Amino acid sequence: MCGIVGLFLKDKALEPRLGALLSDMLITMTDRGPDSAGIAIYGPSAKGAGKITVQSADPKSDFKGLGAALSKKIGTEVSVDVRATHAVISLAAEKLDTARDALKELRPGITVMGRGESVEIFKEVGLPKDVAERFGIGKMSGTHGIGHTRMATESAVTTFGAHPFSTGPDQCLVHNGSLSNHNNLRRELIKAGLRFETENDTEVAAAYLSHKLAEGQNLGAALESGLSDLDGFYTFVVGTKSGFGVLRDPIACKPAVMAETDEYVAFGSEYRALVGLPGIANARVWEPEPATVYFWEH
Amino acid sequence: MPSFDLAKVPLRELNQALHNVAAGTNEIDFEVLNPRGAHAVAVGIDAPVTVDVRGNCGYYCAGMNAEATVTVHGSVGPGVAENMMSGTVVVKGDASQYAGATGHGGLLVIEGNASSRCGISMKGIDIVVKGNIGHMSAFMAQAGTLVVLGDAGDALGDSLYEAKLFVRGKVKSLGADCVKKKMKPKHLELLADLLERAGITDVKPEEFTRYGSARQLYNFNIDNADAY
Repeated sequence: MCGIVGLFLKDKALEPRLGALLSDMLITMTDRGPDSAGIAIYGPSAKGAGKITVQSADPKSDFKGLGAALSKKIGTEVSVDVRATHAVISLAAEKLDTARDALKELRPGITVMGRGESVEIFKEVGLPKDVAERFGIGKMSGTHGIGHTRMATESAVTTFGAHPFSTGPDQCLVHNGSLSNHNNLRRELIKAGLRFETENDTEVAAAYLSHKLAEGQNLGAALESGLSDLDGFYTFVVGTKSGFGVLRDPIACKPAVMAETDEYVAFGSEYRALVGLPGIANARVWEPEPATVYFWEH
Repeated sequence: MPSFDLAKVPLRELNQALHNVAAGTNEIDFEVLNPRGAHAVAVGIDAPVTVDVRGNCGYYCAGMNAEATVTVHGSVGPGVAENMMSGTVVVKGDASQYAGATGHGGLLVIEGNASSRCGISMKGIDIVVKGNIGHMSAFMAQAGTLVVLGDAGDALGDSLYEAKLFVRGKVKSLGADCVKKKMKPKHLELLADLLERAGITDVKPEEFTRYGSARQLYNFNIDNADAY
């Protein structure tokens, strides 16, 4: 099964409530998959500023003195906001890649969950309610976000098998379904220079889109290419720095409901996920068509 | 009139009350408020009651219905009226996948659109959709009638048995062994009756095209291997 949600705000007045609205949507989907949960929030971004979300199985020792050590190593000011097993490192956007390499040396136990100018990603084994609470998602503001609650089928129940998967700056993806050609596609993408952290099929879909975006396609075009290259069952919800996209495979077994008002565009695996949204009674509610790309951009 | 506000009482209470309806009782008109996308609303009814559901429902709404008239004043998720035996289910909005799947009898009316696999494996149910239907509808449909006022998606009636399909709009593509057939007087009569029972007065039976089984896939024939 798996439950996926997404919320793309058009009305700035709702931005302070993004984290609360999105975590409530995800909590409603708990019974579609209790293995792990994750949320990506596209928060406020300042010009030239970047963020890296990292995770550690041993946060006490890995995050201790991390800010000072990283500042020294890359020669620029960084700040570290520790949230349970995750930490968000803020630094100059131009230093993102340098910092990523430096982190590997300084703290080999750390995994990079996501990076970019705007995105923060939190994911962990456990129920959506507990994951949202642990990372304080309810208090986060932002422009758009996606979430996932997992019933594992293709790879182990671990933090790294949890969604969203991020394989490029400010890019991430959640998936309900399973891909059947992910091994072959992973080999091709590795040849093209992409790096993989897991054996998970969804990470391949994320990397595929990152690859297409790096080639210069926009999100809509990248999703369109996915229709011919990705084989299997999928409903994807994808985020980029300014965009939000939805794609279902041509068979479209995996459920999907969307709602749009002047204030937002929302996605849920089921209508239940949307009932708490403001103005939902008067929203345009529809089931996205199979093999059809939907995307919105700020 | 018994009224159940699902924001206040659990779904089990509603379904139990519907299953407890005794023969001869006068309390036969039920109302359901705030379904908020809940699954399995008004399932397994086996009595001539009416149920008005005010709002959108989730999976398997009015599943296994017998005798009851269930009206959803909203849209429904996958599997509405799945395996219905008799009675009537009306959806004022849209229906998601496999509406009326495996239904043995009764009438399902969807006033909006139905998505993929509408009437899959239907076994005697009559389904009337005022809008469009999605791909793979009436897949392996065995008996009953599917009437679509709008368009049908890809692979309509794939591996069809004896269900009768009538589409007023365009059909994107026909599935294996499903063919266009001639409309005979008895089909026009059947359609007129169904349209009337579905409360449709502004559409004529002559506006529809009939589709049915070419009956080439009933028994395995090696020459048909490509069609399986």
